[in-house]
Amino acid sequence: MPGSPFFVELRAMLGFAGRFLREGFRPRYEWLELVNQCYIIGYRSLPLVGITSFIMGLVLTLRLRPTMVQFGATSWIPVMVGLTIIQELGPIITGLMVAGKVGSSIGAELGSMRVSEQIDAMEVSGTNPFKYLVVSRILAATLMVPILTLLADAVGLGACYLGINLQGVTSVALFANNILGRLTFGQVLPAVAKTFFFGFAIGLIGCYKGYNAAKGTEGVGVAANSAVVLSSLMIFLLDLVAVGVSTAFGFI
Amino acid sequence: MLPMSPVTSPAPAAPPTPASVIEVVLTVAGISKSFGENHVLQDFSLTLHRGENMVVLGKSGSGKSVLVKCIIGLLAPDAGTITVLGQYVATLDHTALDALRAKVGFLFQSNALYDSMTVRENLLFPLRRHWLADRRGQEDQLVRQALDDVGLPQTIDQLPAELSGGQRKRIALARTLILPPEIILYDEPTTGLDPVTAREIDQLIRHVQQKYHASALIISHDMNCVRLTADRVILLAEGRCYAEGTYDELAQNPDPTVHAFFA
Repeated sequence: MPGSPFFVELRAMLGFAGRFLREGFRPRYEWLELVNQCYIIGYRSLPLVGITSFIMGLVLTLRLRPTMVQFGATSWIPVMVGLTIIQELGPIITGLMVAGKVGSSIGAELGSMRVSEQIDAMEVSGTNPFKYLVVSRILAATLMVPILTLLADAVGLGACYLGINLQGVTSVALFANNILGRLTFGQVLPAVAKTFFFGFAIGLIGCYKGYNAAKGTEGVGVAANSAVVLSSLMIFLLDLVAVGVSTAFGFI
Repeated sequence: MLPMSPVTSPAPAAPPTPASVIEVVLTVAGISKSFGENHVLQDFSLTLHRGENMVVLGKSGSGKSVLVKCIIGLLAPDAGTITVLGQYVATLDHTALDALRAKVGFLFQSNALYDSMTVRENLLFPLRRHWLADRRGQEDQLVRQALDDVGLPQTIDQLPAELSGGQRKRIALARTLILPPEIILYDEPTTGLDPVTAREIDQLIRHVQQKYHASALIISHDMNCVRLTADRVILLAEGRCYAEGTYDELAQNPDPTVHAFFA
């Protein structure tokens, strides 16, 4: 079985990750490209992540309210929605949106550069294309996904506040106190920590698929598509692992 | 040495030009390269002199592009040695190889312009990678000079996607000239261009040779390009140097394989 395509691909991807760790933290550092990629991955994903988080926060609140009213637990809506958004929905929605937008973009861009010999041209120009293209994108995704997640959490909570006030009146102070008063460090830390891994996985898979694209334009499409599919799947797997690890360490 | 050695003529019969008696800038000695069972190059050799334009002629898939990629260090030959400007390519570390590449221009068959960058940024990219202290502050001047050399100064702020095929080829050539090269490798410089534009590129190759006194290794199967640009021609067939000489010598060669190109 080690010779099966799955294990061959897995080994190649681990080798790619190993190369990132070897080359990523040695000079020459591509600071300008890192900043550029942070802008592309972070700032340009903001509207998409913001809109989806807003809708999810609002829908979740409106859907939850009738049930909570039945049980006479209306006052628990903020903390329930808040915990759901901060611990699960925020990271997952952000990860999936970034995987769809950025993962496909990285896969297609690097794939296109590979098949049109731009990566070779970069190497001939005295640039290490792995550092310039791959390291900068993986680092940017790793740094930006947690920031986007925090912003998504804030937008989702804002939408929750709006949802509550559509059918009642709750002050901002009471709403914030209701959520923050019940949140513990152990609930927030794993939720934030796992988003670094989400970002790393999105950057790594997108870069791996694009950097190793073959078979011309068909290969570019395959790279973009498989980058999205695989990184989306990886986000759910990492989330499952994160739940297991945080439970094992008592962060729940 | 070769099965068809009678068709080879190792030295040009024409009177020696200055290029043929001065320094050797590139030596390829008996290199072989295979991809699985596909033996692309087998014991292939050539020598390029300073200021000389040499064309490597061959059918599609004969290994011409593999040859130039081995020379520039993008591929490693399975056997044999390549010496560029006195340095063995295989033994160079990354830093030394990058320094050597600054002296060798490479015009890719696909042009390989960076899609996301303007023409100016495309030309600045290699310049900033191999920055020389005495040229600091002259970036814009150097970019404009390279664009003037290829006759396209007006495209400086355009994206590659906004240019025609011939213009992209010229910009790619300008990018190879931005760090004045001692050797230029042209991979199929006229492929995919209309005849008029292809002739303009041929003239540009000659113009660059005269202005920069650079040696050139030109990979091509365009016979007009060969005729107009070559000081010397090598026919690559079956992975080997099948025949060598001036354009006129090979044109008169009766061997069927050689004749097929010149008929």
